[in-house]
Amino acid sequence: MLEIKNLQASINNKPILKGLDLTIKPGELHAIMGPNGSGKSTLAHVLTGKNGYEISGELNFKGENLRKIAVEERAQKGIFLAFQYPLEIPGVNTNIFLKTSLNSIRKSKGEQALDTLAFLKLVREKSSELGIDEEILSRQLNVGFSGGEKKKNEILQMKILDPNLSILDETDSGLDIDALKIIAKGVNTSRNSEKSFLIITHYQRLLEYIKPDFVHVLSDGKIIKTGCGELAEELEKTGYKKLN
Amino acid sequence: MKQQELEKSKEYKYGFTTDIESIRAPKGLNEEVIRFISKIKKEPNWMLDWRLKAFNRLKNVKEPNWQKPKYPKINYQDLYYYSAPKSAKNNPKSLDEVDPKLLETYAKLGIPLKEQEKLSGVAVDAVFDSVSVATTFKDKLNEKGIIFCPISEAIQKYPELVKKYLGSVIPITDHYFATLNSAVFTDGSFVYIPEGVRCPMELSTYFRINASETGQFERTLIIADKGSYVSYLEGCTAPMRDENQLHAANVELVALDDAEIKYSTVQNWYPGDKDGKGGIYNFVTKRGACRGKNSKISWTQVETGSAITWKYPSCILQGDNSVGEFYSIAITNNHQKADTGTKMIHLGKNTKSKIISKGISAGKADNTYRGLVDISKKALNSRNYTQCDSLLMGNKCGAHTVPYIKNKNSSSIVEHEATTSKINEEQLYYCNQRGLNQEEAVGLIVNGFCKEVLQQLPMEFAVEAQKLVGISLEGSVG
Repeated sequence: MLEIKNLQASINNKPILKGLDLTIKPGELHAIMGPNGSGKSTLAHVLTGKNGYEISGELNFKGENLRKIAVEERAQKGIFLAFQYPLEIPGVNTNIFLKTSLNSIRKSKGEQALDTLAFLKLVREKSSELGIDEEILSRQLNVGFSGGEKKKNEILQMKILDPNLSILDETDSGLDIDALKIIAKGVNTSRNSEKSFLIITHYQRLLEYIKPDFVHVLSDGKIIKTGCGELAEELEKTGYKKLN
Repeated sequence: MKQQELEKSKEYKYGFTTDIESIRAPKGLNEEVIRFISKIKKEPNWMLDWRLKAFNRLKNVKEPNWQKPKYPKINYQDLYYYSAPKSAKNNPKSLDEVDPKLLETYAKLGIPLKEQEKLSGVAVDAVFDSVSVATTFKDKLNEKGIIFCPISEAIQKYPELVKKYLGSVIPITDHYFATLNSAVFTDGSFVYIPEGVRCPMELSTYFRINASETGQFERTLIIADKGSYVSYLEGCTAPMRDENQLHAANVELVALDDAEIKYSTVQNWYPGDKDGKGGIYNFVTKRGACRGKNSKISWTQVETGSAITWKYPSCILQGDNSVGEFYSIAITNNHQKADTGTKMIHLGKNTKSKIISKGISAGKADNTYRGLVDISKKALNSRNYTQCDSLLMGNKCGAHTVPYIKNKNSSSIVEHEATTSKINEEQLYYCNQRGLNQEEAVGLIVNGFCKEVLQQLPMEFAVEAQKLVGISLEGSVG
């Protein structure tokens, strides 16, 4: 699914990622943990193609070199990022945003656009599955949403867009336990042999609800340790410092 | 089509020319030309006298020049003031009498005059250069006593109404362009809604400039008698030409007691090419008088076209408790310039006005909001709320807000809010990450920015306007 080799990324001449290797196979769920400033969010930005980074190294998605592909095309090919800070877009209805998004992705695959009725049916199904009040979808996109609502909205978008690779950038930060469970449910109900996940988090807390296949520790732009689920628990006890 | 033309037509899809034989007045601005116009329109003497009075005054007034967008001197002697398709009949009785070429032109513009009659609840007056070529639904409206016809027809058929109201809101002693219009105006729409009647459909006029070296001077007059209601919409397009063409219209609205007029504009005149060559000078005077108590006039404008847009649709709130509203979207891209806004003149007691202005500037364009809120001594307990938001795309464009506020009594309240923002890279990234390309993302964000104004448009036109907002900004980001 995703193959990263010796990835280096810098912004304004400041190196952030310094030779990162990571392979994610279909059906795998990887967690990336690490202290502040270790390059976790940069990795999410570089994978989705955000402007402003100087990049070297290999970045392949489903056998294709991602580096030549624009942000929207990567999204159309099935890369989804649940934003750490979802953006507010005043005046734009959340449902309309999501429908436009879904239909752009469908169009790129040569599929027919969903009409409003079919779309609403899909939304209703997915939001009730997650236990999210679909009322948030009739509001302006993220405008006046609480922190928890914004994150839940990201997960609902993930469910509806149904990507191959979902990247969650600290989606669990600042959430209460109920919201955390909704996020976990969103991920767990999507897992199957074809979908892959990259979960970026500070804390082990989320990983009590989502069982990763691999846990990586990112420090100073490199993966310094890889293990299975227990590594997360260990980190929670000992902190990141001991690893250095 | 040549490659170049193909590219051009992608930018402005209404830029074609209709090849049709036309009758023109001799070139230039003089008494002979005014007599020619009056004669060809079979006007009564009082109308000719009115025109000549305006023309005489014009000799002693100068063009205003306080506006921000400057333009090269216009040679008024080098223009045609009247141009009409030879085949256009005076007051065609049915569409069968209208030249198929003209019907085809409007169909191409998305205004199918024939289908219009069958399909949608919108009555259309189609103005081509200097004449109205067709008006639909006339008979149906007549049943309710509503008059909807070309103003040249109204001058002949309803002289009392025209005499009473023409120039009563924009007198011939107004500024240069308004006076010029009074002297040489050719056609436009006339609407009269009788007492207590709610107009059952949208009325609309579609203005098309076709001929070259021709100015279009349309005149529209709408009268809403006591307790009546009308919603009116105008649309405008023109071919792509390298010359700048002048469009100097006058629009007068009169609302009597308890009457309401909703006037919407979707202006998409040719804006000129990427380097700023050609395009329409859209110098328009629009003014409404809320003459009766509890009357209301609401202006909504979506200004996306023209090389220069220079207009201030205004409300004179004479009647007690009258309400004036102005909702505006002005989009300027490439080298376009706009200096637009409104004047709210509060004269009656308890009068209210609301101004919502959204200016969007991209490329090397310049966008100015200029507005006046004037609350007189006697306009006790009046209120105004103004909100001006500007959105900048890129760093070569400009946005300016010039509000004039005069509050001459202490019981009235004036509020003004203004914001200027740049289109946010993070918002674009967010949209892109959801699979939207740059243009879709910009269209979405800008439509969100304009939402309060777009909501004011009649439903039939809101979707078109939304698309237009996106198209006008194509290629302006990244």
